[in-house]
Amino acid sequence: MAEPLLAIDGLVKRFGGLIATDNLSLDVRTGEIHALIGPNGAGKTTLVAQLMGQLPSDAGRIVFDGNDITRLPTHRRVGAGLARSFQITSVLRDFTALDNVALAVQAHQGHSFRFWRPARHDSALRDPALVILEQLGLGARADTLAANLSYGEQRQLEIAMALAGDPRLLLLDEPMAGMGPDESARMVAFLQRLKGKRTILLIEHDMDAVFALADRITVLVYGRAIATGAPAEIRANPEVRKAYLGEEHADA
Amino acid sequence: MLDVNALRNPRVMITLLLLIAAVLVPFFAGNFLVSFGSRIIIWTIAAISLNVILGYGGMVSFGHAAYLGIGGYAVGIMAHHGINSGFLQWPVAMLASALWALAVGALSMRTRGVYFIMITLAFAQLIYFVGVGLEAYGGDDGLTIYKRSEFAGILSLKNRATFYWTCFVLMLGVFYLCHRLVQSRFGMVLQGSKSNDLRMRALGFPTTRYRLTAFTLAGAMCGLAGALLANQTDFISPAMMHWTASGDLIVIVVLGGMGTLFGPLYGAIAFFVLEESLKPLIDWVRPGWGDYWRLLFGPLLVMVALYARGGLDSLFERAARPRHG
Repeated sequence: MAEPLLAIDGLVKRFGGLIATDNLSLDVRTGEIHALIGPNGAGKTTLVAQLMGQLPSDAGRIVFDGNDITRLPTHRRVGAGLARSFQITSVLRDFTALDNVALAVQAHQGHSFRFWRPARHDSALRDPALVILEQLGLGARADTLAANLSYGEQRQLEIAMALAGDPRLLLLDEPMAGMGPDESARMVAFLQRLKGKRTILLIEHDMDAVFALADRITVLVYGRAIATGAPAEIRANPEVRKAYLGEEHADA
Repeated sequence: MLDVNALRNPRVMITLLLLIAAVLVPFFAGNFLVSFGSRIIIWTIAAISLNVILGYGGMVSFGHAAYLGIGGYAVGIMAHHGINSGFLQWPVAMLASALWALAVGALSMRTRGVYFIMITLAFAQLIYFVGVGLEAYGGDDGLTIYKRSEFAGILSLKNRATFYWTCFVLMLGVFYLCHRLVQSRFGMVLQGSKSNDLRMRALGFPTTRYRLTAFTLAGAMCGLAGALLANQTDFISPAMMHWTASGDLIVIVVLGGMGTLFGPLYGAIAFFVLEESLKPLIDWVRPGWGDYWRLLFGPLLVMVALYARGGLDSLFERAARPRHG
């Protein structure tokens, strides 16, 4: 088997006495959508922050494309090809939708110690940003302030910003969080189109979405992976059913 | 690039008229007004530099007068030792201010919010007391500058009007620099970091570097204002970097409109015109009380904070929009 794109080995994060990530090991293979599920407080968002370098890890290793990135600062990891979206919408509220994505594009075009040419007239930034906005159905909203977008649109913008740098591994932290059923369905359809083209670590509570999208699923409970496998295996795994799927899916 | 339609915008009109009137001041105004105008222009330059980091970068530096002082002392000390060339004095003033800003910035960038305010204030106080302790250069009493900066006979800053126009041209230059800066990629990162630093970092921007660079550039810009101020008053003293001067600069920026290009100009004009008119007004009502002009200025500021959040700039913009209900 080929080298995994992302290999997490024995990763640990402690907050005082609480262990949020408990000796976690996990692989993400190139091209797959790998879903990470688990009850609230399982440490999913903590793991994303550790992968991005926003939270330092206490022990363990993160290897991305063969390189140890455990101690790299966030911007170097982004440079290597990681990108994330946020569970709690985190866009630049007083920038337009287009500005938001253009900044994400800009982050991938070398340093920004460029003091003279106006960025808002720079087609090297605007054109790719507009393409991504249109992919997410936000083309008509390009010049709207992010703060004035509807909640669902802000969630889409969130994904657009993560996609803008053409990342090799996309960490999506509950992209469907708080969305209505229609919006959710559209987001699932969008992610479906990315399937096979992008490598995604998908954190999601919506089980229908997870089973529709994922090639493999890892179940996280109290910071440790209790099972990894294809959707059918996870569905059949008695330990998983007990720990997590239990009540909801027992009758499914 | 000038759009004729832009002239219909009252903000643009007001600014243009102000600038045209400002160019003409030395032709029709007396000595007092020309000096007064120079003072406003110099403080505008200082306020533009603060606006870069406070208005566009969201960094509440409560020690910005320190760079005014460093710039001024650089000129004063060099003049004291017989080095009068402005070609040397002014770059040294800017460089010294930039270096101090770099040091202060590097340490204070680790903090946010109130802590950032307190640390920048503490460093400014440190510089203030260094000034007080410089007995060789007058200590608390300050130092008179007997010769203004010399520019190899090209400019004579002794001439009031020449000095005024020099300041004016420099102000226009600083405005243009600021305009380019905030629109550039660098400026977008700076403003993005003010809006949502966490997200900017997640996007891959090491934002601290950019913020620190802005902080240092602002220091250099304010150092230039300090060099001008020393020439204007022919005098330097620790008072020019007292914390109240830093407060005045913040007031000017907030009053004019944070994060707007011309806000610092509006703010400086309003601030000094109010100072000069409230003093005699109070003296007239109650002789001897003129120095307490801030008693009236304070409530005015509160009104701006409550009813005109964007400062004077937003008032002009509001006037520009047609009213609907």
